[in-house]
Amino acid sequence: MTTYREKLVVIGNGMAGISAVEQILKLTTKFDITVFGSEQHPNYNRIMLSYVLEGSKTIDDIVLNDLHWYQDNGITLHIGTTVAKIDEQTKEVVTEDGVRVPYDKVLIATGSNSFILPVPGSDKEGVVGFRDIADCNQMLQAAQVYRKAAVIGGGLLGLEAAKGLVQLGMDVTVVHLMDDLMERQLDHQASSMLQAELERQGIKFKMGAQTAELLGDKRVSGLRFADDSVLDAEFVVMAVGIKPNIVVAKESGIDVNRGIVVNDYMQTSMEGVYSVGECTEHRGTCYGLVAPLFEQGMILAKHICGVDTAPYEGSVVSTKLKISGVDVFSTGEFIDGPGHMIIANKDEWKQTYKKILLRDKVMVGAVLFGDITDSAELQKLIKQRTEMTDELYESLMGSGCCGGGGKKTTSVESMSNEEIVCGCNGVTKGTIVDVITNQGLTTVDEIKACTGATRSCGGCKPVVEQILQYVLGDGFKTADKQGICGCTTMSRDEIVAEIKAKGLQTTKEVMNVLGWSQPEGCSKCRPAVNYYLGMIYPDSHEDEKESRFVNERMSANIQKDGTYTVIPRMYGGITTPEELKKIADVSLKYNIKVVKVTGGQRLVLVGVMKADLPKIWEELDMPSGYGYAKALRTVKTCVGSQFCRFGTQDSMGMGALIERKFERLDLPAKFKIAVNGCPRNCAESCTKDIGIVGNDGGWEIFIGGNGGIKARLADSLCKVKTDEELVDICSAIIQHYRETGNYLERTSEWVERIGLDTIKAVVLDNAESRKALVNRIEFALQQVEDPWKKMLNDDKSRNRMFHRLEISNQL
Amino acid sequence: MNMSLPNETFYPVGSLDQFMKQVGRVIDLNGVEIAVFQTSDGNVFAIKNESPHPKGGPLAEGMVSGHYLYDPLHDWKIDLETGNVQAPDHGQVQVYPVKIEDGQVWVATSEFLTV
Repeated sequence: MTTYREKLVVIGNGMAGISAVEQILKLTTKFDITVFGSEQHPNYNRIMLSYVLEGSKTIDDIVLNDLHWYQDNGITLHIGTTVAKIDEQTKEVVTEDGVRVPYDKVLIATGSNSFILPVPGSDKEGVVGFRDIADCNQMLQAAQVYRKAAVIGGGLLGLEAAKGLVQLGMDVTVVHLMDDLMERQLDHQASSMLQAELERQGIKFKMGAQTAELLGDKRVSGLRFADDSVLDAEFVVMAVGIKPNIVVAKESGIDVNRGIVVNDYMQTSMEGVYSVGECTEHRGTCYGLVAPLFEQGMILAKHICGVDTAPYEGSVVSTKLKISGVDVFSTGEFIDGPGHMIIANKDEWKQTYKKILLRDKVMVGAVLFGDITDSAELQKLIKQRTEMTDELYESLMGSGCCGGGGKKTTSVESMSNEEIVCGCNGVTKGTIVDVITNQGLTTVDEIKACTGATRSCGGCKPVVEQILQYVLGDGFKTADKQGICGCTTMSRDEIVAEIKAKGLQTTKEVMNVLGWSQPEGCSKCRPAVNYYLGMIYPDSHEDEKESRFVNERMSANIQKDGTYTVIPRMYGGITTPEELKKIADVSLKYNIKVVKVTGGQRLVLVGVMKADLPKIWEELDMPSGYGYAKALRTVKTCVGSQFCRFGTQDSMGMGALIERKFERLDLPAKFKIAVNGCPRNCAESCTKDIGIVGNDGGWEIFIGGNGGIKARLADSLCKVKTDEELVDICSAIIQHYRETGNYLERTSEWVERIGLDTIKAVVLDNAESRKALVNRIEFALQQVEDPWKKMLNDDKSRNRMFHRLEISNQL
Repeated sequence: MNMSLPNETFYPVGSLDQFMKQVGRVIDLNGVEIAVFQTSDGNVFAIKNESPHPKGGPLAEGMVSGHYLYDPLHDWKIDLETGNVQAPDHGQVQVYPVKIEDGQVWVATSEFLTV
């Protein structure tokens, strides 16, 4: 059974047309859709062209709908094809090549063209607009050949083009007819601050200048102004404005004015023909910005699909300049006029400016320069024609002290679900709320990946954050501040307290009782909870292999190709010829790819097949070096007093003793120790979790050092006189860290979070608490066992974990 | 969409107790590496032992939660039922039909027929 599908022909393959199609596809599949586009590209994000020019994005980055999208949605796409007219009699769309395509409905979304000044010479080579990828490419090429450029027009587009060309190394002068830049979006004050900032960034300006003629032979060589002054330029960008592209409509006999005239449902004067975007004129207004076209597209989609919709009543537009380091924003009525009450604040030191315009106490417009954090809030308030109150004034203009950036979450509540939050990608509040509630998203990044909101200019990020906060309520704050992962809002301390209070024994029990959103947790919380259980119940907790990261489960480090490494213990970095011989034999026998000396003074066999691991452990017959574990890795030592002429303490002996004592015990994160025989510190104590430095009368202990991703020099904790004291204090430090550290938190972070003084109070000053810590770690240390030996004695697990099953075709 | 395998043939790959709960095991089925997982509810899933992440790598060593797998090298979350990678990442892993009969696990593949 085939039902007749109505034929929808879309003229224009840009953001307006395609976003309308996307909206239609969400509502119905009843249309058989054909799209005509005169550019050679699929739909791309035109407003991001400035970034392409600036070099921060490529053309591929800004494609919104790639060719697969058209295919997947069954849309017939004709690129590089211009439509000539709509034939109302035969109900066909006619291309310039004379091809005729029948339609039931037509959507005209032909956008706009650069307005080229009607002055002599404007058709010369080297004069371009700034509208599409072709223009952008010409500008990129010109920058490689020519030096001097002029941009005619000091509006949004002109300034972005100028900045792009400066970035590309050109000498650029912006020529502007008026005395103020962006005079259609900014007031005089903000405009002059903007000009000063852009001059600082290398753009030159010629203000109040009327271009009379473009000079040159075939190619442009300069500009002559109305006052007969001249400016040299080998390349000219015309960015004086846009004009709606109404050719098709006009040819077809559709009512046009400046743009294609549409009613509140985006219908044109011709039966079955709609229009959206920059080519339209609605209630006398032609919009040249992106946000209105999404609002229009949504109403059109509903109407064309026969779904009830409110009429389109026009848009309040706002502007954001996309030049890095220049933050400008304006919305609504922003030029002071009679009847306006003005609230303004200019700070020349911080180079910020903020102005809010009221009419009969109602907020009707705003301008921001420098600091635009309030832009989303203001846009919202002005759109809703909010009345100014003392509270609002306080929150918007503030006094600059005591949490000025406090909570401003109220406005998203009153936003309707259909309201567009992300103007660049046409994402509504409803869509964002939907993915938060139904897909459990909890961060702006997730929302970005899922919906595209904030993906382009990023200007709507504050609103997306506010919506997130509003929907998640308290969950947002706790999740953000403390929840150990997306499965729970509870902090580490709360979880540990609950485990103790309720006597919870397994990760499953913890997650069930404490209301995890995902019953078996995730890769972040399962290992953490398994660690906390082991820390609390060292004797009775049965370690859950399935809750361990692969490395700890296999007692070996997985490599990117799925092979593993084996690191046997060499206590204190000391080995023997017998051990080296065994390592050499095993390496040859099992075809080890690399034998490497590690940073921790021992040897690692790299490139071991999974099935060979148990055999290698057996043949080496050495203890596991725990190179894969959240536990004590190595104790690095220098030669020390046994041999070194400077040595004051036996660092090798003490290092080996400490490594033997504390090995195998689970800790929140990996743990490294160094023992030095004298203050020359050859074994680098300052970058270890515990660093021990011998001196003539005893030892000095350092903690919280890290030489890895975030380097931190260790803090001196104390000096001790005897070896017993040294070991006792190490015990107390390690156990205190075990009991209070967050899973995966290194001591460098732990020391900063807990505070050195607090740690001193517990492990040094209070003899009782130190003793208790030492007793607890001794008890825990009695439970540990070498994992390699254990696995060698457990045939069943070993087989299931290390050996694959081979099945071949025996048909 | 990838489930309409022509000539789908089930092979016995081992008894259920050959597969630890929530710990993956690789089977080599006619030269194809497949990662087999028994989830905590006693279901068994089979997926190709190759991460859809651009950098690849094995999947059998991942952490299992419910019917999801966390990629051991890249932490991508993968639905074991469909093979779909969960947002914000994208991709899909080939899944193979599984049945359990009398404590015996069967996995179906047809790849060797088409190769």
